Amino acid sequence: MSLLRYIKLGDVLTLVFASAGVVVLTLTFWNGALADKVVIRSGGKIFREVSLSQDQEIAVTGPLGVSIIVIQKRKVRIASDPSPRQYCVRQGWLQQAGEVALCLPNQISVELVGSKKQYDSLSY
Amino acid sequence: MTALATNPLTLHTTAEDHRIARMSAVALGLTVLENAIPSPLPGVKPGLSNIVTLIVLARYGWRVAAWVSLLRVVAGSLLFGNFLTPGFFLSLSGALCSLLVLACAQRLPARWFGAVSHSVYAAFAHIAGQMIVVYLWLIPHSGILYLVPIFATAALVFGTVNGLIAARYIEGTSP
Repeated sequence: MSLLRYIKLGDVLTLVFASAGVVVLTLTFWNGALADKVVIRSGGKIFREVSLSQDQEIAVTGPLGVSIIVIQKRKVRIASDPSPRQYCVRQGWLQQAGEVALCLPNQISVELVGSKKQYDSLSY
Repeated sequence: MTALATNPLTLHTTAEDHRIARMSAVALGLTVLENAIPSPLPGVKPGLSNIVTLIVLARYGWRVAAWVSLLRVVAGSLLFGNFLTPGFFLSLSGALCSLLVLACAQRLPARWFGAVSHSVYAAFAHIAGQMIVVYLWLIPHSGILYLVPIFATAALVFGTVNGLIAARYIEGTSP
């Protein structure tokens, strides 16, 4: 009765091959763009740019009050915020380049950026 | 001339036409059923109607399977009112890519490779075809690559499940 008996030897090969493909795709597209910098904006202007490598807590003051941003183990999250619906707090930890947490009522945003600049002045 | 005059609306259909129509109708029914299932992400769908395509491929060959699959795409889009919309072209590109890959996959030795293999290859071809259309036409932004692992995982899981279901029916009804 088990459905497994419909899997032939070649099918096992296909499944192994396909699983390996999924793993490779995941590693390529999800780990390729690890973030290394946090851009914190307040009221549309850049408040601070901080490296992810140093654990710290940053307090940003917006129109509603103070938001606390925590950097820990190369991840960042908004630990507390005065916005009524708490969307940005509930978003939790951000890790990948391109991830953003927005606290619209308090006009604060946290964005992770990767090492986009492949060339610096030395290699140019 | 007389035949036309007496019976102007007769379409001469073969047994194969009836078979194609019947199987397309079943595939269409599964498409409707599937649309009732909520999806966590647009584009992640089980693709239940492909079970029919796989069974038809095994029983009647690639030509009939292509007819059933493409009729299902067109008729389904008419049913849901998205004929010639982006959603329709996504279905179409996915179906065409799957059929191309199935044309190759069905030549694999049947002793070793069954419906599960066909299903998994077709599922991956389906998302590949769709991603190409999305990238070239709808969202030319590398951000969509971030979704590729999700679609690939869905293709692997649903491809395997659909393949197993199809294999069960193929085995159960083979002469």
